[in-house]
Amino acid sequence: MKRSYSHYLMVGYVALFIGFLLLPLLIVGGAAFNDTRFPSVWPWKASTLHWFTQMAENRQLLVAVWNTLMLAVGVTLLSVPIGTAAAIVLNNTKGKSRALLYALMTAPILTPAAVVGISTLIFWRGVNVPAGIFMTTLGVSSIISAFVMLLVLARLQSFDRALEDAALDLGATNWQVLTMVMLPHLRPAIAVGAMIAFLQALEAFNVPLFARGNAETVTIYIASQVRIGVTPQINALAVIMILIAVAGGVTYEIGRRREHKRRLKLEGLAQAAEQAEERGELIY
Amino acid sequence: MSDFVRRYGWGLSAILVTLTAFWLLALVWVPYSVMIEKSFRLYLPVSEIGGPSDRYTLANYLSLFDMSASSEFLGLMVPIAVQVFLITVFYSCGVTIICFALAYPAAYFLAKKAAPAQIPTLFLMLAIPLFVSEMLRTFAWFIILAYQGPLNALLDAVGLSKVRWLSGYNGIIIGMVYTYILFMFFPIYNSLTALDNNQIEAAKDLGARSWQVHLNVIMPHAKPGISSGATMVFMFAVGSVLVPTLLGSPNSRWFTEIIIRSMFEGQDWNSAAAYAFLLLLVCLLFVSLVMKLFRVNLADITR
Amino acid sequence: MSEGVEISRVSVDFGRFRAVDNVSVDIRPGEFFSFLGPSGCGKTTILRAISGFLEPTEGSISIGGRPMRGIGPNKRPTALIFQNLALFPLMNVWENISFGLKVRGIDKAERRRRAEDLLRIVDLPDAADKMIAQLSGGQKQRIAIARALAVEPKVMLLDEPLSALDLKLRQHMRSELRAIQERTKVTFIYITHDQNEALAMSDRVGVMSKGRLQQVDTPERIYNDPVNGFVASFVGENSILEGRIQQLDRSQPCFVTADGAIACVAGPDLTNAARTKVYIRPETIKIGDEQTNTLPVVVNSVIFEGNVVSVIGRTESGAHLTSQFTNRPGLMLPSVGEKIKFTFAADAAKVLKVE
Repeated sequence: MKRSYSHYLMVGYVALFIGFLLLPLLIVGGAAFNDTRFPSVWPWKASTLHWFTQMAENRQLLVAVWNTLMLAVGVTLLSVPIGTAAAIVLNNTKGKSRALLYALMTAPILTPAAVVGISTLIFWRGVNVPAGIFMTTLGVSSIISAFVMLLVLARLQSFDRALEDAALDLGATNWQVLTMVMLPHLRPAIAVGAMIAFLQALEAFNVPLFARGNAETVTIYIASQVRIGVTPQINALAVIMILIAVAGGVTYEIGRRREHKRRLKLEGLAQAAEQAEERGELIY
Repeated sequence: MSDFVRRYGWGLSAILVTLTAFWLLALVWVPYSVMIEKSFRLYLPVSEIGGPSDRYTLANYLSLFDMSASSEFLGLMVPIAVQVFLITVFYSCGVTIICFALAYPAAYFLAKKAAPAQIPTLFLMLAIPLFVSEMLRTFAWFIILAYQGPLNALLDAVGLSKVRWLSGYNGIIIGMVYTYILFMFFPIYNSLTALDNNQIEAAKDLGARSWQVHLNVIMPHAKPGISSGATMVFMFAVGSVLVPTLLGSPNSRWFTEIIIRSMFEGQDWNSAAAYAFLLLLVCLLFVSLVMKLFRVNLADITR
Repeated sequence: MSEGVEISRVSVDFGRFRAVDNVSVDIRPGEFFSFLGPSGCGKTTILRAISGFLEPTEGSISIGGRPMRGIGPNKRPTALIFQNLALFPLMNVWENISFGLKVRGIDKAERRRRAEDLLRIVDLPDAADKMIAQLSGGQKQRIAIARALAVEPKVMLLDEPLSALDLKLRQHMRSELRAIQERTKVTFIYITHDQNEALAMSDRVGVMSKGRLQQVDTPERIYNDPVNGFVASFVGENSILEGRIQQLDRSQPCFVTADGAIACVAGPDLTNAARTKVYIRPETIKIGDEQTNTLPVVVNSVIFEGNVVSVIGRTESGAHLTSQFTNRPGLMLPSVGEKIKFTFAADAAKVLKVE
């Protein structure tokens, strides 16, 4: 197939697109190693790691990191069970109720996070819950649960109801059916959901902005620093966060590829067995 | 209902339903309702709560139309708050359109023309900015576009004069496009992968030119993806706090700023609630418009 | 030790739709019993009621004399083989087979041992560590059976288990299933729409249509003495003639068709007013004129199927009769368009109520 002019145009465009997306990250990361007062990659003054050490000694930043980790863990622990339960409940609803329930559940995704933040603050203060990381966890979870629900719901579509019935028929209790048959099937979706919950909570800004009380998260800290005056300490932090994100993405991809290879291999074996059967060999 | 209990047993069903109800009620809909309710009440000192002046009113909403704080806008005297609101919606639409124009070709190419072997890697490279937070993406451009930043340093080195990039709404637009474009890319990509190549070839076979094929065959198929992307980008843009804050300039204001000012400086949660509700309404309006225009339903839009 | 199943006046309603209508039958311990009928006749519903996945709207089901109302599927002494097998994809073969033992708290070593015993019974001795996804259709069948046998059920329920298999395999599995049943002496309740299967495998067959049990009998009697038109048509081939029965109370009833009167035998529950047709098995119609009834026909087609030959003839009024006989060397076949005579005895012509 002859490669046409338009083909190279497209390739070039996509390369530019990807480059446009990744370049700023390289700049942000690179500035962490440059010894200039204001983060920059050009001109390059001197390579240094002292921004990293400064960051490690920055008390306020470390507290913010701790708060953010607490937030991420809390959000994950809350959203994953909720999202999974909601997906199961939704999957067992039919007709008009299902459409309604679906709308109610996905609304948080289509709502500006600022609205979520404000409503969270107003409501929980009204029942005397103080603003802080706990309240922020509640607010962020209300959104993330919807994401987890969608992921688990998609995975549920490929779940054969008959497996639940078979397990029951063989004597399993309801709880055993859930833990031994359904949850193993949902495991990939739950794992991805947990990862997304964690990462999204790390980067949350609009909700913590309103619900945080006096506690700072990393994103809030960075925003406040921008106003005061940034140093490449922030970039050092950014490098770490980028590395975490990359690690997350690469892990997911490796897992996916391995699973794919496994599946192909099994299918190949099944085909061989079918063919043997057809030939009348009927061997094991 | 009884089917559900039969399938999962009483204990488990109770747990599942309770978790779901806790989420939908305590975390989502009761807070929304409380916020909306509060938006119709005045911000009163503690002593006056429950008293005669504590009644339902549209005052918080009408405060936006305070004519005393108005200036010239497009030839009319418009209250500043209304100006800011309209500008926010206007630029958000602009950002949405730009994101579409940039993301669509890339999504099309990746979905249709890229070799299957390369796709996972390319995908990963594209997904990484998404994993990195909105904060960092915005911060990246803050550095790049700053007056002392690398972009200007580059221009300086080549002999051109430095440009104040972060003036007007430029910074905000560039920042938003960069930050939100992937939310347009992935949904379009998803709906394009479902498109059968045969349809495209059939259209070409019948003599359609490239742009005709796109307009009449491909884009209709990508409708769910496009509406999903447009909805998400608009919603993020209109409700964005970070980007206008970091990449704004003295003469750019975003509607979210009004909300924040009311919330924190004025401690007037009621007005803030009203403005937030307006934000929500504008998003709802946008979603409904998109759904009507593109003739898609809710399930198509949510990833 | 297997048990019998007593189904007493069971009806199952889904809203306004009555899927099972007043079905009563006593299935004996150790019996191979089949429910036979077209899709939608209610046989799957009955199976689900016996296994505990739904409760009958009316009537009761007892297993071994114990009423099963209110007892869930996980507490009944039944094991179900699903139509799509429902093997657990994330577990390997021996884990699948021993699942029922695992939920009963039996330890791993013992479970593995029993799984391997069962694999020998179903003739798959080396499959223990394979994954389900790499097995063929026939292998999966046998794993499903092993899995059900592992919990030592009193009653095995099988939901059209062979429908997804191709012909040769299906025939092989038929004899396998029957052999397993005879060996283990467990009560088998089998549902199918394939009448060959039901007749070949069962001790007794219950024919169902539209939720009602039409006839419960041995395969021979189902075939030779169908009680109504539905059973006669569903099981085996027929030539069917329209008309009206007359002289019902006399010793020789006759059936008046457009082609004349036919000496016949009357089926059960007939009145003069009932809507009836006459049903004639193809192997009872011969070419010639020696029997009581003779009809002139024009040969419409001759179908040579190897061991069996079918000749279809059209009567003067346009009805079709099929004569079927075994092939033998030196056979002279009539040609299409030839005028011949079909003949059959009076007791081959059964007048039955149209269902």
